[in-house]
Amino acid sequence: MTMWNEAQGQEIIRRHAGREGALLPILHELQAAFGYVAAESIPVVADALNLSRAEVHGVVSFYHDFRGEPAGRHILKLCRAEACQSMDAGSVAQAVLDRFEVAWGGTTADGNLTIEATYCLGLCSCAPAAMLDGQPIGRLSGAAVENLVREVEPR
Amino acid sequence: MTRIFIPQDAGARAVGADRVADALRAEAARRGRDVTLVRTGSRGLFWLEPMIEVETPAGRIAYGPVTAGDAATLFEAGLEEGGAHPLRLGKPDDIPFLKQQTRITFARCGIVDPTSLDDYRAHGGYRGLSRALQIGPPGVIEAVTASGLRGRGGAGFPTGIKWKTVADTAADRKFIVCNADEGDSGTYADRMIMEGDPFSVIEGMTIAGYAVGATRGYIYIRSEYPDAIRAMERAIVVAVNRGCLDDFCLEVRVGAGSYVCGEETALLESIEGRRGQVRAKPPLPAHKGLFGRPTVVNNLVTLATVPAILADGAERYAALGVGRSRGTMPIQIAGNVRHGGLFEAPFGLTLGEIVDGIGGGTANGRPVRAVQVGGPLGAYFPRALFDTPFDYEAFAGRDGLIGHGGIVVFDDSVDMARQARFALEFCGIESCGKCTPCRIGSVRGVETIDRIIAGDRRDANLALVEDLCQTLKFGSLCALGGFTPYPVMSAITHFPEDFGRTRLPAAAA
Repeated sequence: MTMWNEAQGQEIIRRHAGREGALLPILHELQAAFGYVAAESIPVVADALNLSRAEVHGVVSFYHDFRGEPAGRHILKLCRAEACQSMDAGSVAQAVLDRFEVAWGGTTADGNLTIEATYCLGLCSCAPAAMLDGQPIGRLSGAAVENLVREVEPR
Repeated sequence: MTRIFIPQDAGARAVGADRVADALRAEAARRGRDVTLVRTGSRGLFWLEPMIEVETPAGRIAYGPVTAGDAATLFEAGLEEGGAHPLRLGKPDDIPFLKQQTRITFARCGIVDPTSLDDYRAHGGYRGLSRALQIGPPGVIEAVTASGLRGRGGAGFPTGIKWKTVADTAADRKFIVCNADEGDSGTYADRMIMEGDPFSVIEGMTIAGYAVGATRGYIYIRSEYPDAIRAMERAIVVAVNRGCLDDFCLEVRVGAGSYVCGEETALLESIEGRRGQVRAKPPLPAHKGLFGRPTVVNNLVTLATVPAILADGAERYAALGVGRSRGTMPIQIAGNVRHGGLFEAPFGLTLGEIVDGIGGGTANGRPVRAVQVGGPLGAYFPRALFDTPFDYEAFAGRDGLIGHGGIVVFDDSVDMARQARFALEFCGIESCGKCTPCRIGSVRGVETIDRIIAGDRRDANLALVEDLCQTLKFGSLCALGGFTPYPVMSAITHFPEDFGRTRLPAAAA
């Protein structure tokens, strides 16, 4: 992942420009390419889709997924919804946050890890659940937490 | 050559299915054994995952829960012949949790290779579409109506009537939209189908398109389901390459972390590229839906059930169930439960039979105190209401809902005031902001519950929460604000002691 680069951004936008309802697919791909949806991309997207900058900004800010700045090298999503609550996910999450000294949505000082809250990963029969860089993790307690810590520790 | 089946379902992967697959492959190579690993969906017995199955002359034999460290002993025990081992479970269909089920929507899930159209056809796939083409669009709508199938997303609207409305509305274009924005905690049926039997969704949507005259469909999948997105996109490519989508164009659209986009009109806004804000109804999506055209918006389970209804007859489906809830429901037993998993059964089981009988009580052995049925907008039920039969009307009659079929079990350590607070907090986090009761009422509700928890003028503040819930219920545009009162009021009504109130003898009865 790199910082925003207009030529690459334009190329992504061009690939989707003919689609109906192209905005979300474009934003997803911009975030996949750069790790975030850069403020500089908003006028470019708006221009390509014949929208106002306010409309594009409104969409970016509405959806929880889109971030305005780069995240850490790893992204850990911890489920906070009811099925995980019933398996004491709250304490597990607090222990993980304390271990990395971050708050919800925060990134560790070394830029290695961002921890985000999520509300259901569909892993409700193997709670507490998490997702590390898109990979599902279930039964997150004790040893599983230690494995997780080892996996994201910079080598 | 021996085939070993290992789930690739995200729930199985979350507990190590990939590591088990790697270990079995390595162990087989080390021993020079000729085995092929087939990655399937999950059977849905999550306490036994990773559950592997081996193909023997006597049928499939299951083992579980398997860890990577078990690979050597499994081969030593004669895994390829279904040999004895402490993890041997026998024939999967004889495991009581599976044996007691009536699998229609989930008939193939966990059995077939989700990437193989041939496997899909070999297990009855595309029989429904063949039948549909024989009886014609009006015949299809008649069959779906006669089956009694209702929306499995939670609203329970009769599917046949929705299809007929779209069929009868003239337009230059029509759309089929599959709602796979499965955001309710405690539910994962859509995810399992997409990862385990994606062609059933494609077939169901093709049939819907044929019935109403739509040539384009969208599957809106939440971004929290990367495995399901991959599985569904792969299946569409296979179906296109094999000529199954020549007359019907299908596309996956990915959500972006918004719960309210599971509401059908917000979902349509999202596909169109806007903020996921709810539209006022009317007009109904069936008249003016996606891009202003007549649109069928159905839950994924609804659409995946259609092929079986057409293949085996509407009467057979309608013969199952109770009252106005016909057919089967994939019940998802989740949370603090011993036997958590996907249990498809005809409507009518009581809540107690599901939680205590099938689920086996809590995972940690403590008493079950409350269960939330139907996701974050569903009511909390106490043990006193465990005689409630699982059907749309019976749950509505007890101020609850079955929703998308999720049941989350809590033990006796649960603090129901905290759960009520969470319901309002979640409503605030996910509110689309369009209507005032939901956007502001949710925040004021959290503040008021906080005062109750702190012991500040409890009776007055409880009265205020009750009043606020009335406003939410009757003044909100959609189910997010409209149904948040279910978890809040059920917690207050059934668990008054957690709000500093004494339980009245009448309330306990």
